[in-house]
Amino acid sequence: MIEIRTHGRGGQGAVIASEILADAFFREDKYVQAFPAFGVERRGAPVMAFTRVSENEIRERCQIYEPDHLIVLDPILIETVNITSGLKDGGWIIINTNRDMSDSPLLDRYRIATVDANRIAVKHGLGSRATPIVNTAILGAFSSATGLVGLDAVLGAVEGFVPLKKEENALATREAYESVSTLSRK
Amino acid sequence: MKKVIMGNHAVSYGVKASGVKVISAYPITPQTQIVELLSEMCANGEIDAKFIKVESEHSALTAVVGASAAGVRAFTATSSQGLLLMHEILHWAVGARLPIVLTNVNRSVGPPWSIWTDQNDSLSQRDTGWLQLYCESNQETQDTIVQAFKIAETVRLPVMLVLDAFFLSHTYEIVDILEPNDVKKFLPPYETDIRIDVEHPHAFGNLAGPDTYFELRFMIQKAMEEARDVVKKVDAEFKEHFGRGYGVVQPYRCDDADLILVTSGTIASTSRVIIDEMRDEGIKIGSLKIRLFRPFPFDEVYEVLSKAKKVAVIDRNISFGHHGIFFQEIKSALYGRTDVPIIGYIVGIGGRDVTPKVIREIAEKALNDENPERDINWIGVKM
Repeated sequence: MIEIRTHGRGGQGAVIASEILADAFFREDKYVQAFPAFGVERRGAPVMAFTRVSENEIRERCQIYEPDHLIVLDPILIETVNITSGLKDGGWIIINTNRDMSDSPLLDRYRIATVDANRIAVKHGLGSRATPIVNTAILGAFSSATGLVGLDAVLGAVEGFVPLKKEENALATREAYESVSTLSRK
Repeated sequence: MKKVIMGNHAVSYGVKASGVKVISAYPITPQTQIVELLSEMCANGEIDAKFIKVESEHSALTAVVGASAAGVRAFTATSSQGLLLMHEILHWAVGARLPIVLTNVNRSVGPPWSIWTDQNDSLSQRDTGWLQLYCESNQETQDTIVQAFKIAETVRLPVMLVLDAFFLSHTYEIVDILEPNDVKKFLPPYETDIRIDVEHPHAFGNLAGPDTYFELRFMIQKAMEEARDVVKKVDAEFKEHFGRGYGVVQPYRCDDADLILVTSGTIASTSRVIIDEMRDEGIKIGSLKIRLFRPFPFDEVYEVLSKAKKVAVIDRNISFGHHGIFFQEIKSALYGRTDVPIIGYIVGIGGRDVTPKVIREIAEKALNDENPERDINWIGVKM
């Protein structure tokens, strides 16, 4: 089973990201599950969402405490929330940032993929400059960096899930897929 | 068609497939998406039903009572305080023998406010006379809605379908969505001769003196007793049509088990992970999920649990001043029939996460404690 935890802030689309990701894996004939750690819903508050993927039926119905990989929609969360709590060694951290993270101590134990999803989202008119909606872009980066799920499956899931701006979201996914940079010390 | 959908929408698709004619609800977290999707389906003509907006849950169930009394299939959904506000009308629906289906998404009762799950809202409606079925997956939830209408209309009693907040209501997973046309063969359109009809006036809900009221209550109990077999029959018939069945209880690896964990809702699903893990270590352990809570499946529970050396009941609820509610029920079901020790555990109240680790802790305590506190053991209290 692969367990993925998504960290974001209310309004960035973390919960929907976890669901689109599950749907993408489903399109590749996997068993899937996605759900949010539900808290007080307000813009800007840290939120978490979970995705499980398996070859077999998924029976665990609880939060993910030892994820294989992380998706981080807001890089500032790295400084404010213990996002790597329980993350397995060698796991991917897919981060929305325009910073160079090649000096990050996180690389001692984990692999990092960065993508400037804010820029990509704004470019394609997703959300506003102050609060871009970055979920569809970051999933393109996830697909490209981890290779766990194909771009076509992600694009299909994006098309199925987003209610508006389907084409713009698909373009953002594709652009992030192509512009991700990966870092690893191993 | 298989799709990845949330638990709440699985309920909506079940209602759509059932050919419901009237839906009335007042939105409340965490059930809101159930009626949100249904109102969309009503608005765009996907289902041919009247959606009645109301100002409270009391009115929502009352509107559904009216619709059902007029002879149409009717549905409502709620949670927590909303279900408690319906309490008076819950009794009414039973006394009036109306085959209503209601979904309650288990949410803890305030104060303090909580939107997270435990079973005290639905279990405190235990004695109203509603059938209660507890579900563990989105597929089971959708399928049980369709079954519930058939059961309700056969025994003329209302059915409450119960699922955990967030751990099920907001969980996306794969559901084979029922097509209304396929369901018609299993659940034909509802017809009844006993209904409000201006062409043939009758009095409903009249005064019943001590010479008749007693018998009417006796008949409700008889209907409940009959419902035990009806639930099984409807489930078997559903399986013939759609290849999926759920039973009234679900034993898992119980045949030679020394310890059996009694579970319900999503905990039933998570517990099987630990049953397999401990079985791999050579420990003889199994689990029994209680799906049908009212009427209580005494014989099925006895048959499975009487073979165990120990029984541990996991309750996500509490009857203050007594014990866990499933624990009480299991004790009462086994009383005088077997002396297997029964130990009660309280977990997960207010949405506290019940992980495989928590379930393992319970199993190990139950196996190893020489003199366990029999009746009530709180797991994970930080005091």
